[in-house]
Amino acid sequence: MSDPNIVKDREPLFSTKILKLLKNPFNLENPITVQVLGICSALAVTVQLKPAIVMALSVTIVTAFSNLIISALRNTIPSRIRIIVQLAVVAALVIIVDQLLKAFVYDVSKKLSVFVGLIITNCILMGRLEAFAMGNKPWPSFVDGIGNGLGYGLILVIVAFVRELLGSGKFFGIPVIPKIFYQWGYMDNGLMILPPMALITIGIIIWVQRSRTRELQEK
Amino acid sequence: MQHSNKYIFIYSVVMVVVIAVSLTIVAVMLKPFQDDNIRIEKMQNILASVNVPIVEIPKKQVPAVYAKFIKSAIGVNNSGEVTERDPAKVFAIEMSNELKKPAAKQILPVFISVLNTGDSIFVVPLRGKGLWGPVWGYISFKNDFNTVYGVIFDHKGETPGLGAEINQDWFMKPFKGKQIFNAEGTLVSITVVKGGAKPDDLHGVDAISGGTITSKGVQKMLFDNLTNYEAYFKKHMQK
Repeated sequence: MSDPNIVKDREPLFSTKILKLLKNPFNLENPITVQVLGICSALAVTVQLKPAIVMALSVTIVTAFSNLIISALRNTIPSRIRIIVQLAVVAALVIIVDQLLKAFVYDVSKKLSVFVGLIITNCILMGRLEAFAMGNKPWPSFVDGIGNGLGYGLILVIVAFVRELLGSGKFFGIPVIPKIFYQWGYMDNGLMILPPMALITIGIIIWVQRSRTRELQEK
Repeated sequence: MQHSNKYIFIYSVVMVVVIAVSLTIVAVMLKPFQDDNIRIEKMQNILASVNVPIVEIPKKQVPAVYAKFIKSAIGVNNSGEVTERDPAKVFAIEMSNELKKPAAKQILPVFISVLNTGDSIFVVPLRGKGLWGPVWGYISFKNDFNTVYGVIFDHKGETPGLGAEINQDWFMKPFKGKQIFNAEGTLVSITVVKGGAKPDDLHGVDAISGGTITSKGVQKMLFDNLTNYEAYFKKHMQK
């Protein structure tokens, strides 16, 4: 399996294997559209782009660093209490992120309200810790965390873009639909702001993704 | 690998201590920034309740704008006497702490704003319970101490799209012009009417469908808080 030209333990920082960890979550192993994890927050924080981006970054930071920490500790963690250890690390990181948001982007932190705290229960985190960080070295785990966080974030941003544009006619809080459209009878779709439309938007993304990606089609 | 109980015990103790210490350090370091945000938000809320368009004011200028609009602040007790005259002390009052004290010992803030027209507007803070946590806000009155000039509500974590709507314009705007005393001079406050208030209802506004408990919480908050101020209001409205 290993490339004979590469001495083990001396893998380049961005080998194809590592890059794959970074790329896969965007498509083939997307946490939201393929693994269907972390849906709750994807529905809740995607009314506007700004909170969605902050949420995506927060989740990325937490997945990356919890993967890193758990992976570094993986040989010392007693297997009987490993879930508790993972949870404690994740919870601590989430609290730190929450405190930072409160200090530096107060208005966004208010909009995200409980959902930052709920990152603790986001299945993507525990999933990556159990499935990846417990069995891999710190650097690949860190990259895996970033990949999954960004894969999650990508869907969040797409959904938020669609919902903000169609729901309130805005892009990053700036009105972008020309006034004349409204005079012609165009109306913002209030339904887009409600959670069900987030689910439908995600459904459409899954549909598009599956129809374009052969590997994801069931026979 | 099977670890001994002793190892697991020591491991968890060390882990908890390390996490606790790091969280404490982070919390202590960020506290000043967070406090500053809260102070500015309080100013923004008070300004919003006197219909100053706060979205247009950059965060750094909020204290200056606040100083321009809010001329003084006093603390009154529930029998209507002024007990605190230092605006800085009044500003620092936390309603959540104050409401825990016995009624007679509470210092109730009144912020006084002077409009460009020369009219005084009186702002009082509100605090109550929603469905998931506290709801709060500010309500301002014209100098008859009866007609609402403006309101602002906010919440900690009400359900998005339902109870959380209390901080939206469509919910807050109808409070303007409502009256809290009826023709007989009894405090009736403002009720939140399920199914929609009648257009000529002087003391009612539309409730939030699906957000009944939060709506009721706002109604109770208004009544309870305004009851505390009733004596002060009545004393001054007769003048």
